[in-house]
Amino acid sequence: MDLLLSGFEVLARWDVLVALLVGSIGGVAIGAIPGVGPAVAIAILLPATFSLDPIVGLTVLLGIYGSSMYGGAIPAILINTPGTAVNALSTYDGFPMTLRGEGRRALSLAYSASFFGGVFSVVCLILLSPLLAKVAPLFGSREVFLAALLGIVLVVVAHKGQMLIAGALAGFGILLGTVGLEPVKYTRRYTFEQTWLASGFDLIVVVLGLFALSQALLLLTMDDEKIRTPKSRGSLFQGFRELARHPRVVTISAGFGVLMGMIPGVGEFTAQFLSYTSARKLSKTPEAFGHGSSEGLIASEAANNAVPAAAMIPLLALGIPGEALTAMMLSVFYVHNVVPGPGLFAFQMDFIVALYLALLILNVLVLVFLLVSTGWLIWLTKIPNRFLGMCILLLSFVGVYSIRNSAVDCAMAAVFGLIGYILKRLNLPIVPIVLGMVLGGIMEVKLRAAMNRVHTPWDFIDRPIAFVLFAAILIILGSTVWRVWREWVPVDRRSPARRSSERFAKRLAGRHTRHFDDRLKLQRRTRTYDHMGS
Amino acid sequence: MTQDSDIQPRTRIAGQALFVIAALAGTVLLLSQITRQTVWVEGAGFAAQPRFWPAVALVVMTGGFGLHLWRMRRRRPSRADRTEVLRWAAPLEYVVWFMGFVFAVPLVGFLPMAVAFAVALTWRLGYRDRAMLILAAVFAVAVVVLFKGLLGVRIPGAALYELLPAGPRGFFLQYL
Repeated sequence: MDLLLSGFEVLARWDVLVALLVGSIGGVAIGAIPGVGPAVAIAILLPATFSLDPIVGLTVLLGIYGSSMYGGAIPAILINTPGTAVNALSTYDGFPMTLRGEGRRALSLAYSASFFGGVFSVVCLILLSPLLAKVAPLFGSREVFLAALLGIVLVVVAHKGQMLIAGALAGFGILLGTVGLEPVKYTRRYTFEQTWLASGFDLIVVVLGLFALSQALLLLTMDDEKIRTPKSRGSLFQGFRELARHPRVVTISAGFGVLMGMIPGVGEFTAQFLSYTSARKLSKTPEAFGHGSSEGLIASEAANNAVPAAAMIPLLALGIPGEALTAMMLSVFYVHNVVPGPGLFAFQMDFIVALYLALLILNVLVLVFLLVSTGWLIWLTKIPNRFLGMCILLLSFVGVYSIRNSAVDCAMAAVFGLIGYILKRLNLPIVPIVLGMVLGGIMEVKLRAAMNRVHTPWDFIDRPIAFVLFAAILIILGSTVWRVWREWVPVDRRSPARRSSERFAKRLAGRHTRHFDDRLKLQRRTRTYDHMGS
Repeated sequence: MTQDSDIQPRTRIAGQALFVIAALAGTVLLLSQITRQTVWVEGAGFAAQPRFWPAVALVVMTGGFGLHLWRMRRRRPSRADRTEVLRWAAPLEYVVWFMGFVFAVPLVGFLPMAVAFAVALTWRLGYRDRAMLILAAVFAVAVVVLFKGLLGVRIPGAALYELLPAGPRGFFLQYL
């Protein structure tokens, strides 16, 4: 109770309240504009928050992070274009509802499910705090190293179908983090005798380039789309009544959101997928999923809104960001000399409780704002792409130039913007680069500290948490290798013409072909034996 | 939605081969420079070596890009790849706009340059009606007032502001 009161004391300041309001309203508006998203907004605002108090700066950023997904549901449901990447699943059931003229019902369901997910995760966070406060001090250097390594492994494994390239890009991030003066021996690494490389790559510059500038370049080179919003009927409050009829779906989905949010490197996509598939399995009408099912919409929205609060757990308790947005927030902590990790729980619990309460208030603010301003927010989806690109380009300048008024930083950001543009064009992931950069730095420092006390390899994992983390890494790697092995298909490099002609020939020949194939194999085998002289 | 593959991003085929080949070549080049660009400290443990983490990163990159290239269905660049690479060059024009803006701000000032940049780029993008141009100018003024005037982000005053009379000069240098 005392902690709650001290948390309220931290929040009871006009600047924190303004930050809450700006963060929540700004986040919803940013989420409602397809093509911006929280990563771009946070990257741009990050340098501006450095001059603010840590609680004020973090409240703005948390506000944007937590509320953008609420706003992202609006274009996902009404125009079939997700406002943020994580609202993609909402289009599956939201847009068919809009086509049936039930757009307002779908929005209402999305808001109520998101609200439940957001509040559920904050309540879980508050309930877990005493446990975290006990467990966090047990994390020494080797445990933090292993947790960071687990984060890297998970972020690579989570990119199913792109694991190799995600791994390579995570390596690229680690390499970027090592460039410049090395902190212990003060030797130069990959500076090529250039003075501007001696201080290395600033995380904010890289993040601004990869997220904000690349998005601006993408929008500037796009065509504008004509957007028409279909008419819809119903009340924005009916979703709350409907949500009460699906307690199991919404609770399980929010639970998946919390669980996946807590694990570094996993995040919203996995949470959404798991909650959506489990909701379909539990549903009495699984065939309606993907065709305007209210349960599907509830599952995806509850899961993705439960993630932000849960994603703060590894960041606050261990100082390990689980995704790009929390990695950006980590830099706000560092700028203000607030070191997230076990010490934060031991000595600044009021700060942590204040953050939880801010998240709780934020969800209420966002919901009230959405209920009164949805009609106005729909207009934001109509901003032309290229005009939006111009706006982001101007804002990106503010973000990069205000760090240290350096044209070199701007040039670096432009180069990373081009790299990000190419990656986005190729549909390749950007998050592994940022996480590699942040977690690589943490791993380097912690491994060096840990190795001072390690004499045999077993010493590294002789503590329970270290052993559990090590076992988790081995299990994840083992299961991934096993899955890849089982699903292994040799690469078919025949040209499409050759492939179709062979298929056609087989179809013409019918079952004789198979017989012919077998005979060929037999002949080949015999010939091989002959060659070997058998 | 029937499969988890439905929400997986699909890598674009066109341009992929060239990107991966270029990335692999760059990585191998960096790896070949590791003995020149990093130091091996005698007597220090393996994990404390300045060379250790760059080596780990480069080996992971080489393995990742190399294996990805090996698993690719089509590795020889084709006409589609060349078309895609030309598209990668398209945003270079806006990078030039951006860098021009960066170099002009310390000379002309944030407010005038922001308005000029927003209006000119809006014009260039094809929005020629007055409403869009006014909207662009209003947006630029709002950005300057919000970030430099209210939030106090560090963007220095311009050389041009020094020519102003003493009264407004201080205001311009501080807030605009």
